[in-house]
Amino acid sequence: MGADKNTFDAIVIGSGMTGGWAAKEFCEKGLKTLVIERGRNIEHLKDYPTATKDIWEFPHRNQLPLKIKEDNPVVSKCYAFREDTLQFFVKDKEHPYVQEKPFDWIRAYQVGGKSLLWGRGTQRYSKFDFEGPARDGFGIDWPIRYEDLAPWYSHVEKFIGVCGNRDGLETLPDGEFLPPWELNVVEKSIQSRIMSSYKDRYMINARCAHLTEPKEIHLQQGRGKCMARNLCQRGCPYGGYFSAVSSTLPWAAKTGNLTMRPDSVVHSIIYDSKKGKATGVRVIDAHNKEVTDYFAKVIFLNAAALNSNLILLNSTSDRFPEGLGNDNGLLGKYIVFQNYRGSLSSDIDGFKDKYYSGRRPASTLIPNFRNVYKQETDFLRGYMSFLSARREGWGHDVEGDQIGGNYKNNISEPGDWKVGMTISGEVIPKITNHVRLDKDKKDEWGMPLLTVSVDYDDNDEKLLKDFFEQSAQMLEKAGCKNIKTRDSKQAPGLDIHEMGGVRMGKDPKTSLLNKWNQVHSCQNVFVTDGSCMTSSGTSSPSLTFMAFTARAANHAIEELKKGNL
Amino acid sequence: MSSCNSKNDPKQFLAEEDILLLNEIGETIIPATASSKGAGQTGIGEFMKVYVTDCYSKERQEVFKKGLVELRERSKSKYGKEFLKLSKAQKHDLLTVIDKEANEYNSNKNKNAPGHYFSMIKEITVFGYFTSEPGATKALRYVQTPGSYDGNVDYKPGDKAWAL
Repeated sequence: MGADKNTFDAIVIGSGMTGGWAAKEFCEKGLKTLVIERGRNIEHLKDYPTATKDIWEFPHRNQLPLKIKEDNPVVSKCYAFREDTLQFFVKDKEHPYVQEKPFDWIRAYQVGGKSLLWGRGTQRYSKFDFEGPARDGFGIDWPIRYEDLAPWYSHVEKFIGVCGNRDGLETLPDGEFLPPWELNVVEKSIQSRIMSSYKDRYMINARCAHLTEPKEIHLQQGRGKCMARNLCQRGCPYGGYFSAVSSTLPWAAKTGNLTMRPDSVVHSIIYDSKKGKATGVRVIDAHNKEVTDYFAKVIFLNAAALNSNLILLNSTSDRFPEGLGNDNGLLGKYIVFQNYRGSLSSDIDGFKDKYYSGRRPASTLIPNFRNVYKQETDFLRGYMSFLSARREGWGHDVEGDQIGGNYKNNISEPGDWKVGMTISGEVIPKITNHVRLDKDKKDEWGMPLLTVSVDYDDNDEKLLKDFFEQSAQMLEKAGCKNIKTRDSKQAPGLDIHEMGGVRMGKDPKTSLLNKWNQVHSCQNVFVTDGSCMTSSGTSSPSLTFMAFTARAANHAIEELKKGNL
Repeated sequence: MSSCNSKNDPKQFLAEEDILLLNEIGETIIPATASSKGAGQTGIGEFMKVYVTDCYSKERQEVFKKGLVELRERSKSKYGKEFLKLSKAQKHDLLTVIDKEANEYNSNKNKNAPGHYFSMIKEITVFGYFTSEPGATKALRYVQTPGSYDGNVDYKPGDKAWAL
């Protein structure tokens, strides 16, 4: 087999949230680009089998049969794993991994990856997030600051479509916003009461990747307005939310520069010690197991955080016996995630003459207010909170008849208003939270299984306790009653915000990647998915991964032009 | 996905006469009203069969099944008739009594023990009815494609909740 047809300008490993962005940037700039995806192909619209089904068309009305739950104890915990979305999730037995400590690894192996299934939250990280580790003395300093990423946030937001209100907050910088989802009448009341009770706490409209009012660039992608169905994880027939499948990948394909290779498991990145750089990627066909090498000048690793760690750890050579770029032995270490354990429920009186229409696919936000300007609590960092108010729907508890016509009528009407909150807490990086290759166990493609050893610590417990106290206080000030807290005690992983292991930093002794996401010791390999994260922050992270990817891809193009790669 | 995932043979689990009984119980819990069908008319018994077969644990299935036997006996001992032959008022009265017993049972039972059989029937009736086409579109307000979100619309008593 000739090397020519296997040679490209750029190879992108992974076709999800960030792989799609790398592909788009490269293809637009004329680079012949190969995107390698381990899962099956998914085409926008064509491969959304449940997208327009009504609830009664599902045999179990969107509940999961017991057999599926028993066969999938991990993925069944995911809120989005339902009868209408089964087809987009990895089933537990298909891709085993080793849990040294409980870790719910939620995966989606297909073209588009988890971008089909994500929660669509798109908040920027603030300057406090990038300055935090150095200021408060944990982890290592980020090699960049907010200003470095700001133009790339804008670049990504304009293309994917992000809605939100311009709130002018330092703690959650504004972006390029489409009109926001409005707060409902109860949320507006809570907003005004919280914001008049606290000088430093804000409750704002959701910021999320929905086309509330598409612009020309979105129409050019073939996407349309979000119809407020809130059935996103089925794949959207309108392209109303951003996914790689509806947006970046077809955009890249239109240039004629994109080659997609789905059903291809990446074995390793090939390193040439004479050239002192990577030359390509070794791929195992997912079906016939045939091994093929592909070559390119630049390689982007976007396999999702933990799998990018796995691929680098498995990319061994005489030069890198412990994995590509792993001179300091820190590859796979300092895994971070976000603390999603806490929630509150409460009642609020009144507003019985008010309701809402449409299904808003997002909650309101309370940006972090803890340890913002200085360290002031007995735990490090803070948390963002999501808050929403809704009326109880059909089937709620009613007074009076419990059987019959009156009962039917009463439970057919909306009930009282309920107010809920959930946490997104920062988790501090530490060396003990790590992934590594299992020494013995291999999967059916001969790849070592990944051992995951990640846990909460005392800081997470204190932060959660503070979230409960402060949130209960805010709900009380907002007029809520019967406030209850709940610690789900869920394992790390179920937040689906795992990050790190290949962290960026200034110093090759303590980090794997430089400020352009290049592997310090192998500069034509860029790692731009969540594995690059130096600290977790409190914002939903995908937007930041995409901004890093676009920034790094354009840097790679510049460097290629200069002959530096 | 289909019920072939089930460990149990659906044919063996609930017989045709059980389905008829469940339809009648469902119709008593959620009867037909001026604007919408009742749960029995929507074939709630058939849905219960699929749901209990595929989504319930063995333990809960047993409770459910025994419950049907018990309910039949209650009807006979109280009225000397099969449940299906009771008058509407008798059906209503009997199930109202059993519903109260179920609530008491549930509030006193061991946390991990399965709930009362009648609570199971009632829960699936409500769930199955409001997620059926007649229930969602006639007894509730169903808009497949809302198009937009409005967070402040007027509500007056009697207006139905949104389906889903």
